[in-house]
Amino acid sequence: MADISEPAGLSPASATLLRHYRAQVMTRRVYSILIGLGVLVALALAMNYANAANSGKFFDRLPYMFDFIKNFVPRDPLEIFRAMFDLPSPYFDGSAKYDYTSARVYITDSLYIPNFIYQLIITVNIAIVSTIIGGGIAFCLCFFAATNLVGAGAVRWFMRRTMEVLRAFPEIVIAGLLTAVLSIGPIAAVVAVSLHTIGALGKLFFEVVENADMKPDEGLKSVGATWLERVRYAIVPQVMPNFVSYGLLRLEVNVRASTIIGAVGGGGIGEVFRLSIGRDYAAQTYAIIIMLLVTIIVIDQFSGWLRRRLVGNQGFNIAKESV
Amino acid sequence: MTAISAAERLRLEKKFPDVFKQSFFKRFGLLIGLVLTVVYLIFCYFFFNVGPAFQNGKWDRAAIYVQDWYSWRAQPRLRFEDGAVVPQWSSRGQYAQGATIDWLTPQADGSMVATFNGDANRLDISTTQVDVYVDGVAYPVTITADGAFAPADVPAAIVQDRQKVLVNYGFAGQAEIRDNQVAVQRRFFGWANFLYDPKSPLWGNDLFSSIGLVFSGDRVNPDMSNAQYVLNQWLNNQAWQHGDILIKLLQTLVMAFVGTLLATLIAFPLAFIAARNITQNRPSNWFMKRFFDFLRSVDMLIWALFFTRGFGPGPIPGIAAIFFTDTGALGKVYAEALENVDDKQREGMQSVGASPLSVNRYGVVPQVLPVFVSQSLYFWESNTRSATVIGAVGAGGIGLKLLESMGTNSDWDKVAYMVLLILLVVFIFDNISNAIRSRLIGPAAH
Repeated sequence: MADISEPAGLSPASATLLRHYRAQVMTRRVYSILIGLGVLVALALAMNYANAANSGKFFDRLPYMFDFIKNFVPRDPLEIFRAMFDLPSPYFDGSAKYDYTSARVYITDSLYIPNFIYQLIITVNIAIVSTIIGGGIAFCLCFFAATNLVGAGAVRWFMRRTMEVLRAFPEIVIAGLLTAVLSIGPIAAVVAVSLHTIGALGKLFFEVVENADMKPDEGLKSVGATWLERVRYAIVPQVMPNFVSYGLLRLEVNVRASTIIGAVGGGGIGEVFRLSIGRDYAAQTYAIIIMLLVTIIVIDQFSGWLRRRLVGNQGFNIAKESV
Repeated sequence: MTAISAAERLRLEKKFPDVFKQSFFKRFGLLIGLVLTVVYLIFCYFFFNVGPAFQNGKWDRAAIYVQDWYSWRAQPRLRFEDGAVVPQWSSRGQYAQGATIDWLTPQADGSMVATFNGDANRLDISTTQVDVYVDGVAYPVTITADGAFAPADVPAAIVQDRQKVLVNYGFAGQAEIRDNQVAVQRRFFGWANFLYDPKSPLWGNDLFSSIGLVFSGDRVNPDMSNAQYVLNQWLNNQAWQHGDILIKLLQTLVMAFVGTLLATLIAFPLAFIAARNITQNRPSNWFMKRFFDFLRSVDMLIWALFFTRGFGPGPIPGIAAIFFTDTGALGKVYAEALENVDDKQREGMQSVGASPLSVNRYGVVPQVLPVFVSQSLYFWESNTRSATVIGAVGAGGIGLKLLESMGTNSDWDKVAYMVLLILLVVFIFDNISNAIRSRLIGPAAH
């Protein structure tokens, strides 16, 4: 705060001090303003560019956006629930828009799972399986990337770069390549999300390992334990709660990731959602949105509760931490 | 080591009951967990139909696709026309009109020689007979009106498939000999025509001669300088579409940048409303936090598809999707940071009678600003990655371009190129944001 008024009767030394202080505050302010202006100019330029590059201009399309929202309503609110549970619709006229019943997945002759719920189960399972596979592999790899366990710099360097590449590699490319080979299905999504999970969790895991207390390790070393025994009995028990809690955090992220990958060829609810919004099936779209919202909130809450039980109320960087 | 006495044993067992009498869960928990996980994975193996899917997979194609990442193939059809062999190139031809091709040499008598691995592996193609050389030994394949027929004792590289003969030279390529043509596929390492397409006047120049051209005095095109001309020809390369790809990449970056920055600007004031210690009004805290949860929990995919329907494909829906999701996520992180601030500085400000705005400006913001900025940078970094995926579902940018290239199933080299570009950009951005963050909050905190 440089706004204090000039106090009377300062000694010459103090006056110099005050003058220097003010000069520094001034410089700082000028720099802050310049940085702020720079960011704002960049923002304006970028927005202008985005607007020009879009197929419809923002202000031209805004009324359409509102029209779309206004017209995108189901014929009656109950339609949403009929679509959700595959019940026959009174508006059924032979078109796919109101045909909810034909997509039922029958387990026995009379018992069926509604299609959307079935697709949601696929998506959630993709997320769980890829978290398990990716987490398992990351668990095996992370010890080789930790400074306190592996002396060889080359091994560590290689492991870390591998994880970095896996993290940054666009998931859709892996999904697309596998879709071309195995045709559309959940396997492509599982592999794509798993590979990303290895990179993301591997990084978090080895950072946890590096922060582990090395005293148990020293104890084991002193009685002549092998490297594997040291890792198993000195490191793993310490880091396990943090590993599991990061794994759960990753599960939350993976549920979202598997929906998105689903939309570009992985199957599951993402695919169904893309099709239904693209074809203007309002009731089905809202049904899926509600189900996804509920699923994500339930999974987030459950994993949050489990994490708090495991590691206490630590300040976790939510969701994005490891994306 | 001496054995301990029974009394000593009893004493130890009594003193540390938790070590010697572990609960059932503690003893077998790990084992049970592992077994359950394995059972679950086996269940999913059948649920996802992994076995049949792998069996029906097109693995021969997979090998080609993967090879396409780092190599390219020239595939002329050598047609038999009036006693001569005439090469016919598809629209994707990688050679300019009338170029001399070192592995495909026309002979004076109208026949043609296609070389694969040195002179020992080559095809001498005439309209009546194709001599297939495998490891230096010639196998004459006779061509009749009914088809092409290989001799009896041929090695495994030559296969008679009804009326045609297939020759396989491994990575170097393959050929299919028929009654009216020989379809040759020749594979080379690297990317074909990465600099200029065959229609460009500069075709045939490599990187070094291009650089030489840039610094040479005489203009190739009198209308512009050589540097500009080379850049123009490179950007307008029809085969690789460098210009288009770079513009799409820029769009993706713009999506991430604008989306994150707008989210930061909006989440910043809203977080003050959501923080319990700053706004002492429970209903508005609660409402704001639920609002953040809602924005965060609606998937980015949903926002992206929703806005794509409204605004049409392009960066705007991508920006909107990132903006909506991240306003929620950043708002939540910011509010948590605000609730953890040190109250002493605020009290100090209040004690001198500052207005509420000044209390927050000087008592709170200096404490949280580094954290806020570093969180936003984190999100920017990760959004650079997620903008690619968001683009693929319709928001445009490099994601859509990737999806299009993969859809053709023959542009995998271009996919590899884009992946390399994305990795490079992500790597650069990671380092920039890491550098800024470690200056803001110290190297230990990230």
